[in-house]
Amino acid sequence: MPRRAGAPEVNAGSMADIAFLLLIFFLVTTTIETDAGLDRMLPPIEPPEEDVIIKQKNIFQVLINKNGQLLADDNIIGLKELRVKAMDFLDNNGDGTCTYCKGKKDAESSDNPTKAIISLKNDRETKYGTYITVQNEIVGAYNDLRNREAQRLYGQDFTDMEATYLNPETPSGVRDELKEKVKRIQDLFPQKFSEAETSTSN
Amino acid sequence: MIKYSNKTDGGVPPVSTASLPDIVFMLLFFFMTVTVMKDSTLKVANELPNASEVKKMEKKDRIIYIHVGRPTEKYSAVFGSEPKIQLNDKYAEVSDIGTYVLEQIGKMPAHLRPYATISLKVDKRTGMGLISDIKQELRKVNALKVNYTTYDGDAFMNLRKTDN
Repeated sequence: MPRRAGAPEVNAGSMADIAFLLLIFFLVTTTIETDAGLDRMLPPIEPPEEDVIIKQKNIFQVLINKNGQLLADDNIIGLKELRVKAMDFLDNNGDGTCTYCKGKKDAESSDNPTKAIISLKNDRETKYGTYITVQNEIVGAYNDLRNREAQRLYGQDFTDMEATYLNPETPSGVRDELKEKVKRIQDLFPQKFSEAETSTSN
Repeated sequence: MIKYSNKTDGGVPPVSTASLPDIVFMLLFFFMTVTVMKDSTLKVANELPNASEVKKMEKKDRIIYIHVGRPTEKYSAVFGSEPKIQLNDKYAEVSDIGTYVLEQIGKMPAHLRPYATISLKVDKRTGMGLISDIKQELRKVNALKVNYTTYDGDAFMNLRKTDN
């Protein structure tokens, strides 16, 4: 008996079920990539060859005790004031050589941004969360100042420029152009930020 | 009285589900491309702190993870509640970090080695003493590029008092 139609059609009704099964499998076994954080460089373990003499007024010392209280240049301050205090220190321009600074030119504070150093010291019992908050505020102080200069020079935020520059999907032409700009802003306010070893005392 | 009829004339035609597999496959491919496989199971509590000035970590192939936190409930009976370090799938001591990091850097292709970054995924309740020890170990093996991995958010949330 001859067939009336060709080969019978395969029933594709269960295809959706199979695909759902795969989808759920991937949903369960994978995570959406959310890794971001604060980049820092640790100081090398060998001390530098020659000792550099740094004036006391060019160091902004931040101490965190085990209860999460802050001591900045011998004054107890709240965490929320830290960013402003750090910006005042960096932007101070004590010797008047920094043409773009808007600081108070206080002779007792830092000479200029390239000499200003922020030193962070913490207790062994300080909570990591507090430490990150302090780090965040200090990085924030640098970013705010850099953003101000980037706005003045290029009309955009430094953080945006840097993100575009670091994004591997940015075309290389744009990146080369940004590299110069990012470098220039970074040199205006270089991040001189030292993490001293922790103290064991309280 | 209800009448059942097999006739379709006049009634609403059933919605075709023939494109459903296509839609689901589309979703499937979307999730396959934007997600990554979980590579290790966490044995430590890992509630990361928040920070607002974060930078995205570029590529996964040059990152070495170090997890720190208290052992999770399942393991706390055996390992206690003091913060511990987790490397790969195992608990480790501070002294193991140097070897582990060097081993991981050794596994990377040579052109990536200068960019090796240590991602510190530390629970926000951990004390800084352990972190300082880890940093000291990293300095000893000259792995200086670290990233304090955080969630994106308001940094002052970290200060909120949490029970234990």
